This record gives sequence, C-alpha cells and structure tokens, in this order.
Amino acid sequence: MSILVIAEHDNSNLKAGTLNTLAAAQQLSGDVDLFISGNNHDGVINEAKTIDGLNQIISVDSEIYNNFLAEDIANIVASLESEYDYFLAPSSTFGKNFMPRVAAKIDTQMISDIIEILSEDTYKRPIYAGSCIATVKSNDSKKVITVRTTAFDPVQKNNSDVPVKTIDALTELNLSSFVGEELAQSDRPELTSASIVISGGRGMQSGDNFHLLDSIADKLGAAVGASRAAVDAGFVPNDYQVGQTGKIVAPDLYIAVGISGAIQHLAGMKDSKVIVAINKDEDAPIFQVADYGLVADLFNALPEIDSKL
Amino acid sequence: MKILVPIKRVVDYNVKVRPLSDNTDVDLNNVKMAVNPFCEIALEEAVRIKEAGNADEIIAITVGKNESQEQLRTALALGADRAILVESDELLEPLAIAKVLAKISTEESPDIILMGKQAIDGDNNQTGQMLAELLGVSQATNASEVTIEGDVLKVTREIDGGLQTIQITKPAIITTDLRLNEPRYASLPNIMKAKKKELTVKPVTDLGIDVTKRVDVLSVELPPSREAGVMVETVDDLLEKLKNEAKVIS
Ligand SMILES: Cc1cc2nc3c(=O)[nH]c(=O)nc-3n(C[C@H](O)[C@H](O)[C@H](O)COP(=O)(O)OP(=O)(O)OC[C@H]3O[C@@H](n4cnc5c(N)ncnc54)[C@H](O)[C@@H]3O)c2cc1C
Ligand SMILES: Nc1ncnc2c1ncn2[C@@H]1O[C@H](COP(=O)(O)O)[C@@H](O)[C@H]1O
Repeated sequence: MSILVIAEHDNSNLKAGTLNTLAAAQQLSGDVDLFISGNNHDGVINEAKTIDGLNQIISVDSEIYNNFLAEDIANIVASLESEYDYFLAPSSTFGKNFMPRVAAKIDTQMISDIIEILSEDTYKRPIYAGSCIATVKSNDSKKVITVRTTAFDPVQKNNSDVPVKTIDALTELNLSSFVGEELAQSDRPELTSASIVISGGRGMQSGDNFHLLDSIADKLGAAVGASRAAVDAGFVPNDYQVGQTGKIVAPDLYIAVGISGAIQHLAGMKDSKVIVAINKDEDAPIFQVADYGLVADLFNALPEIDSKL
Repeated sequence: MKILVPIKRVVDYNVKVRPLSDNTDVDLNNVKMAVNPFCEIALEEAVRIKEAGNADEIIAITVGKNESQEQLRTALALGADRAILVESDELLEPLAIAKVLAKISTEESPDIILMGKQAIDGDNNQTGQMLAELLGVSQATNASEVTIEGDVLKVTREIDGGLQTIQITKPAIITTDLRLNEPRYASLPNIMKAKKKELTVKPVTDLGIDVTKRVDVLSVELPPSREAGVMVETVDDLLEKLKNEAKVIS
C-alpha cells in the first residue's frame, strides 16, 4: 500500500504538524511519500530530505501553489489518486481547507481529526468537542484522513538523502485568488508545538493586561494563548484561540488564567500533561481538569509568579 | 441574488454529551436540540446581505429527520424566506449530505451558499468544501468578514497564523467562523410569521442519490478521565509543586 502525506509549510520551512502527520502515516503499512506543493520552496525540500522513514518526496513548484488555495491543491493531490491508497494531512486550517475537496473528488468519506490508528481502516476520533471518542471504520477503498497532530509524536530528522521527484503543475483553475494576509509575528514558540502554554481569558479584562502573561511566557519560553471570550473581546488576535474551533494544544504544561473552563475551551487543551488553573472563582469548572488549582485574583497572582520565576 | 443556507439540527452547545451505556453511540435521548451555532451565523450573514439590498431571497435547507422542521422554522423566524427539508430517516455522512445539497443547488442555482464551517456534533468540518468541489465552484472557509463588490466577493478567513483575505467569484461557497457576526434572536411576531412561510419536504429517496454509509461507528466512549488534581494555597506552593513534583519548570 502507498501513503501520501501532504506537507504544510510556508515556502521556507516545514510546519511542525507535518512531522506529526508523518508519524501517523508510518503506523500504517506501506511506503510513505511526502507531497510538497509550493512556490520556490527549495528550503522546504532540503529540510524534508532529512526526514526519517520517507520513501520519496513529490514536489511541484509553481506560482499557482504559492498561497495554498484549496481548489488548486485539491486538484493536484486528487490527480495522484491512482498511485496512493491513503491521503493524510494535518488537521490544521491548511489541511481542513482542501482535504474534503480531495475526498469529494475521489468519492471517499473523509475521516477528520484522528487521534489513534487501531488498524489499517479503524481509527479513533473525538466528537462533540471531545466529550466522546468514536471508534470508526472506513469502508472506502481509498482513505482521506486528517490527523490531530498533538496525538502523535513527531518523526525525527536524521536522514540526508530522501529522493525527490518533481511533477508538473496542473492548469490553474482560477476559482479564487489571493488578496493578502496578516500573519502574527512572534518570537515565542508556536502555540501548537510549544512545551508550555499560558492562556488568558475574559478575566484578563483587557489586551493591555496580557503583558502580565507575556512577561511570564518569556521567562518560561512559553507560547501565549487565549479563550474565545478574550479573542472576541478584542484582547488578542484570533490565532491565539485555543479550543473546539481554535487550536488544539497538548503541551507539558498549560496554565489557564481567568478562564472558566467551558467545554469548548477544554476541547482544545485537556490533553495537556499538566494543567494549572488560576481563577478567583473556586467553583469554576476549569478546576475539575486542573492538576494544580489556585484560587486567587490573577492581578495579584501573576505579578507574584513573575517576580518569583 | 439568491442565497442558500444549509443548516443542521444538532445537540445544543450547552449540553454535555455522553455515550449510551452500551457504547454503541452517543446518548441523544431527551437532550435539547438546536440549530448548529455556525449555521446560525451563516443565516445571520445572509439576512444582513439581504437587508443591505444585495440579495432578494434566502432559502434555508436541511438534510435530516422530520423533526428538523423545528430548526427550519427557527431559520424562517430569523429571516429565511422559504425552507426545504430533504427528509432522511438515517442521519447521513458529510459526503452524502454534500451530494444532496449539490443536487438541490443545481435546481435552485443560488449565487452564494453560506454555511457553517463545522457542525458541533461530529466536528467534521467537511460539508462546505465537499459541496464546493462537487459543484466545481470556489470556496472561502472560516470567514470572519465578507464584502460584496458586484460579482466579486472578498472574504477574510481565520487561519492558524492569523488572517487571510481571498477573492472568490459567484457562485461560491462561504463557511462561517464564530466572529463573522453575532446572530439576532427571533422576535415573537417573526416566529408567528414563520409559521406561514413555505416549507417544502422532499424524501431523500426521490433524489436518486446513493447515500449508503461508508463509515461504521464501532463504539463511542468517554475520553480517558484525568486524575483529580489538588488545590494549592499560595503562589509559592504552586511554583514548588511545578518544580519538584510535576517537574515541568526549572
Ligand atoms: C460553537 C462554539 C464554539 C466555541 N469554541 C470555543 C473555543 O474554541 N475556545 C474557547 O475558549 N471558547 C469557545 N467557545 C466559547 C465558550 O463556550 C466560552 O464562552 C468561552 O470559552 C468563555 O471564555 P472565558 O473562560 O475566558 O470567559 P468566562 O466564561 O467569562 O470566564 C471568565 C473567568 O475569569 C474569572 N475571573 C474574572 N476575573 C478574574 C480575576 N481578576 N482573577 C482571576 N479570575 C478571574 C472568572 O471567575 C471566570 O471563571 C465556543 C462557543 C460555541 C458556542
Ligand atoms: N444534514 C445537514 N443538512 C444541511 N446542512 C448541513 C448538514 N450537515 C452539515 N451541514 C452544513 O455543513 C456545515 C459543516 O458541517 P460538517 O461538515 O458536518 O462539520 C454545517 O455547519 C452546515 O451548514
């Protein structure tokens, strides 16, 4: 059997989630190829050549794929239908955007967000914001799967010479076009792969107050996240959101500050190894999932933590 | 301009869903049902586009059991002009739903299809993109802003790194993220008026689409539970435990 993993990258570097997706792919039996569509993405290919356990890299380099528009990526991935039995991508906004189109094109019922592979055709996935875990068996001959990256440890990069095959771009579909983007610039680790995450909720009261978290994050080498309420209130940008509809994180340490612990928030962080909750309400549901709970006013607790680190 | 809004009947987002005792499925007995929150946002956006004079008709559609009429009536009360129920006794999978929606879209020829980015039951996040592919049209998922400039739609999308703006041409599919708008509540007079609006019911079997299940649900279980934690009294206690017990900071 042959397996194709679609790489997520920004034309310069691979995104960490690609390595976790490859780890899931390597649990299936068969050769694993990595598909990289992009524009002037030599740096990404050089990085990918070092990945362990890869059969080959399939690369397509064209302006068409510069902004990863769903229609064109789905088109070229689906054109490889006859050569592969499995198509896997990270369950990020990148993967979710085009994989269902691939599935529709090759007439397969896609399986979203798997967290465990039980056999070639049977997987576990969270449903209802992670309140339940379903075990599902796909009866389609081809599988189209997105992978919850926090559930699989990344593959290593000790290789040097994975062969690269270059394929031609397909004709541009011209269905949608890129206008612009505003990407967050940060020196901190990426939220989904950071080993420590500190998140603030509505209790933070303002965007300015997030500097209380920033300063601790800098000392701990942590990423900063937020609840939906904090994002909706405009305290921080949307890419901070952790939860059912935001990012899924599972760091070694997650610190929730001024967050009540709604199920939609828990969906994004309850697989963290150690959870700390700081909340002034001792009945806040977040304490039910916390390993360490501190009932305190965050405006006292955060400066104290900061000064003692 | 015509807007089609596919909506889904799902468990209310406040309900904590549990598995049945035999673990064959989730327990949906006597739980409160509602319109999927992302679909409410899609409908609200459609109503705003119409109120701005950019659309003349909004059609709400759902594929589901007969009781989904309740959610269609809600959609009518919130501003849809008419509604379609494609009735199916079995709950269908996203690909089958997308095929049904594609068939109706071909009959109705909407200019825009506005739908939720995900249904909060299966959290699949598939149907909109599948429908776009089946119809061969453009898509803008996770929309947080939609601007209409004649035949061109500019959509700002929430992506992992921040925001992306793309341009799509009609007909197109837009899926909604949470921050696109804040849906209104239905007023009593509008709830009354909704009772008189047209709601067509078509059996899915009349459409001639193969909706056979492709995926078997073998079991549904609770996630592994976390061990009960401890409450600490002071910041010093907390830092001491994180350093020496959990060993997650140094
Ligand atoms: C379809 C859907 C999807 C959703 N997806 C997400 C998602 O992905 N992520 C997400 O987070 N939410 C999501 N939500 C929203 C979720 O239901 C909650 O509304 C949200 O998580 C609440 O955020 P919060 O805990 O910051 O705010 P609140 O619930 O208002 O809690 C604020 C907390 O701060 C505490 N507090 C206040 N002041 C202080 C102080 N001075 N010191 C200490 N503590 C203080 C309070 O005691 C309270 O517990 C979603 C909702 C829906 C309907
Ligand atoms: N049974 C259905 N009937 C109508 N629309 C649906 C149905 N299921 C899903 N949708 C639409 O597709 C969106 C995404 O659903 P999903 O792919 O299941 O996460 C929903 O927000 C709805 O707009």
